[in-house]
Amino acid sequence: MARGVLDIARGVAAGETTATAEVDACYARIAARDGELGAYLAVDADAARAAAAAVDRARAAGQPLGPLAGVPISIKDNIVTRGLATTAGSKMLAGWIPPYDAHAVARLRAAGAIVVGKTNCDEFGMGSSTETSAFHPTRNPWDATRVPGGSSGGSAAAVAADLCAGSLGTDTGGSIRQPAALCGVVGIKPTYGRVSRYGAIAYASSLDQIGPLARSVADAAALLEVIAGRDPRDATSLAADVPDLADAARATDVRGLRVGLPREYFAELDPHCRGALDAAIAALRDAGATAVDVSLPHTHLAIPAYYVIAPAEASSNLARYDGVRYGVRADARDLLELYTRTRAGFGTEVKRRIMLGTYALRSGYYDAFYKKAQQVRTLIARDFEAAWASCDLLLAPTTPGPAWRFGERATPLDMYRADIYTLSCNLAGLPGASVPCGLTSQRLPIGAQLIGQPLDEPTVIRAAAAVEARVGFRGLA
Amino acid sequence: MTTLSREEVEAIALLARLHLERDEAERMQAELGAIVDYFGALAGVACDGVEPMTHAVPAAVPLRADEPEPSLAVADVLRGAPAVRDDLFVVPAIIPGGD
Amino acid sequence: MTWEAVIGLEVHVQLATRTKAFSPSAVAFGAPPNSLVDPTVLGLPGALPSYNARALELALRLGVAVGSRIRRTSRFARKHYFYPDQPKNYQISQYDEPLCDGGAVDVIAGGGVHRVTLTRIHLEEDAGKSMHVGAVSHVDLDRAGVPLVEVVTEPCIASADDAAEFMRSLHRLVRWLDVSEADMEKGQMRCDANVSIRPRGARELGTRTELKNINSFRFVQHAIEHEILRQTRIVDGGGRVARETRLWDAQLGQSASLRSKEEANDYRYFPDPDLPLLVLTDAAVDAATRALPELPHARFVRYLAAGATADEARTLVGDRALADYYDAAAAAAPARAAKLCANWLLSELLGALHADGCDIADSPLPPASLAALVALVDDGTLSGKLAKEMFADAYRTGDAPGAIVEKRGLRQISDPGELGAVIDRVLAANRTQVDTYRAGKTQLFGFFVGAVMKETTGRANPALASELLRARLDAK
Repeated sequence: MARGVLDIARGVAAGETTATAEVDACYARIAARDGELGAYLAVDADAARAAAAAVDRARAAGQPLGPLAGVPISIKDNIVTRGLATTAGSKMLAGWIPPYDAHAVARLRAAGAIVVGKTNCDEFGMGSSTETSAFHPTRNPWDATRVPGGSSGGSAAAVAADLCAGSLGTDTGGSIRQPAALCGVVGIKPTYGRVSRYGAIAYASSLDQIGPLARSVADAAALLEVIAGRDPRDATSLAADVPDLADAARATDVRGLRVGLPREYFAELDPHCRGALDAAIAALRDAGATAVDVSLPHTHLAIPAYYVIAPAEASSNLARYDGVRYGVRADARDLLELYTRTRAGFGTEVKRRIMLGTYALRSGYYDAFYKKAQQVRTLIARDFEAAWASCDLLLAPTTPGPAWRFGERATPLDMYRADIYTLSCNLAGLPGASVPCGLTSQRLPIGAQLIGQPLDEPTVIRAAAAVEARVGFRGLA
Repeated sequence: MTTLSREEVEAIALLARLHLERDEAERMQAELGAIVDYFGALAGVACDGVEPMTHAVPAAVPLRADEPEPSLAVADVLRGAPAVRDDLFVVPAIIPGGD
Repeated sequence: MTWEAVIGLEVHVQLATRTKAFSPSAVAFGAPPNSLVDPTVLGLPGALPSYNARALELALRLGVAVGSRIRRTSRFARKHYFYPDQPKNYQISQYDEPLCDGGAVDVIAGGGVHRVTLTRIHLEEDAGKSMHVGAVSHVDLDRAGVPLVEVVTEPCIASADDAAEFMRSLHRLVRWLDVSEADMEKGQMRCDANVSIRPRGARELGTRTELKNINSFRFVQHAIEHEILRQTRIVDGGGRVARETRLWDAQLGQSASLRSKEEANDYRYFPDPDLPLLVLTDAAVDAATRALPELPHARFVRYLAAGATADEARTLVGDRALADYYDAAAAAAPARAAKLCANWLLSELLGALHADGCDIADSPLPPASLAALVALVDDGTLSGKLAKEMFADAYRTGDAPGAIVEKRGLRQISDPGELGAVIDRVLAANRTQVDTYRAGKTQLFGFFVGAVMKETTGRANPALASELLRARLDAK
């Protein structure tokens, strides 16, 4: 099995390997595989090698190394990286070089991690298959005729195929957990506010969160521990202390844990997924947990609420792409045309959501749509609060089924329904993780989703580690 | 089935400053109608007295001390700009005082 | 039919902070273009806002000073419109939950004070600056993101004069409180006016127009006067006033309609998801209230009551440092000399400072010295002429007046014995003139006074000198 984040960090620190060797090996794998997979949009080998050399020099000089020193990490292309082209999968930002690093990226670099490149994603994170990327599709490493999920599909595919040790993605309605599930890797969406959004290109600001993808729970926890914590530049980032997540990932014993199984999430489950989910439940029971039946009665409203709130916020957040200060500008005779022709460069799905959001925020429609959706959001959050009376965390499928073939979900609503099990977690601001728990008969990975109470990432990680330790899932790489 | 009129689609597109090609506008008209229909599920939910959840965490906004930090270098401000003259962004003439 | 005007004002006031509203980029006037810009100001992808604690403190100070109800939780909202000087194409503002509801500004006008009721005061950010050059416009974002409050009055102002007086009083108040420098030439205070007319005494409001871009007291008055006249002509001619936005052009002295396709705006306000609720505790509001100084209108009334003329009182409260100087000087001077203090302050001291281009805060003459000088005039120690000389000396050297009097021997000669001896010498030296005077040419009296003044280098008490001269000349 390929070495992960912690293995490499340990090896570099111990002198068994060097950052330079790890980065070179990573680029060799990218060169060999990424032509087929299309996981990356940009790589910057010179900068990565320079950063690796600096780590190696620091070690040779006996200087203390950061906890992720020499670990090759990829960054989803909707997270800004100083000096490295960042497009959010959109033609609107083709060629844009950010003058600053996202907070999470700065934290990774300070910990010694090496940024190897930017991973493909649905345009501005709007999609569930990475097909809305303006540049190229990304293929699922398990079956190249299938999607990797999305919107962090490039990150999930790169991690699954060992084209990096770990990756940062963003999750607005499932965009870390869903591709993690479909590519057979671990993905964590932290509590809203746990990780600074500064430098995450906004899609829906009240839902977006940056989180890690990796091949093991412990690796993902190690990345999360580095990027978490209060950032004064993000007014929604929380002042809470960051707990010892590495410790949580080591403890595979979950004795006494009450695991809620929300019945609404199991009602229409694809039969291919059932077995894998049962294995995950059995794993937690083996580890000492008890399963409890719970109900989240407003679950069916999550999709309509989400597809009002997220497009409304998106229509506002994407107003800045106008061809005035940065990005691509269309030829125009006057100012109005400059705006409308430039913004015609958004892809179809992005335009659709901008239109939807503009529709929902218009004066006279606001109460019926945006405000109503925010009220329903309150009801969804209350469902979770009620559930915490009888359980400590929830286990559910991450997705209704395994990865689908390109083009299989033809209409927007078909695509929107793929997120049915992941949206509520974002609406309620809760921490969630997807951990691989088995394969379908077609050898496609299935993910189990763990949803925790606010700021209770340690319990989510403990349960995920318990599942991982017992289901015996073997990744590709 | 909710139908958005063509005029409505065009008015929304203008508000959003989006140029839609003819076929795009037609497709959008049909698709948006279907999605808005789907939102109909919200209309029947009793929400009287339910506070809208505008933020995922109920914290108060933290305030920042009034201490200056360095601005971007002017070259970095302008580097990505499509049209610049004398360190200023250039756009087609604005109707004065548009807002 | 006679018409009356109904005017409401929306005044943007720049808060006196060092950094922008939502990011730590510096605020300065006249910096090189686009040099005060950070990722948040530029609206770069991924950049986020965080609000300035000082801006909130200043807005709260203004809110409690005008007696607004301060919301313990208020909310930032996004207001959407596409404009090149608005980097995000939305402005962070407040909508249905502003920081301050209601309140009133006490307007000093003529010899009295009246109140103009406020609707609200809310927080927002400024836009950049665009300059129009032929077929293109140039955009400088240095001003973008500067913290503002918008002060919105009820439609309760009846004339262009009253609107201008409101602006002067608000300007005085925000400067008094150090909430804003409010330099109108730098755009730190700007006003939009909503103007309508209705038949005199009617209750219903007429259709209003919004006048934008008014940036001096004089323009407030001109633009509104002009608009009232324009509307009156329309309705007198049987027409109807159109609801529209008009842009005031100060150079042409007229306004022009701003109708255009782009004007069909719907601001699509919604709570800014990047900024949680703005929460204020009762303790914070109480502390802001307790820390308020005596406000200008209250001082104005106090000065009137103490005998100042309306002009004097208004001038004194025009600047808090001036009013504070006056209070300190008047407190140190004899009680009956308060008015004399005001005279010396407003004429001599301000005149000298003005000539030097200095503010009252830079005065080389402390309040105690002005008070001492006034006391010496008041008790007759100094003649007016001497007092002016001594003022000049004290202003130049910063020495205390008492010390200067001794140093220069400037004390007035008010002793009848000492002055009598001087007069005797003068009369003895001018026999011919004495005889002529006694022969009936009494116009010569002034000659003798002048001679005594010359002999005493101006130190003779003029009243006593006259008295003693008459006694000697008129005695046969």
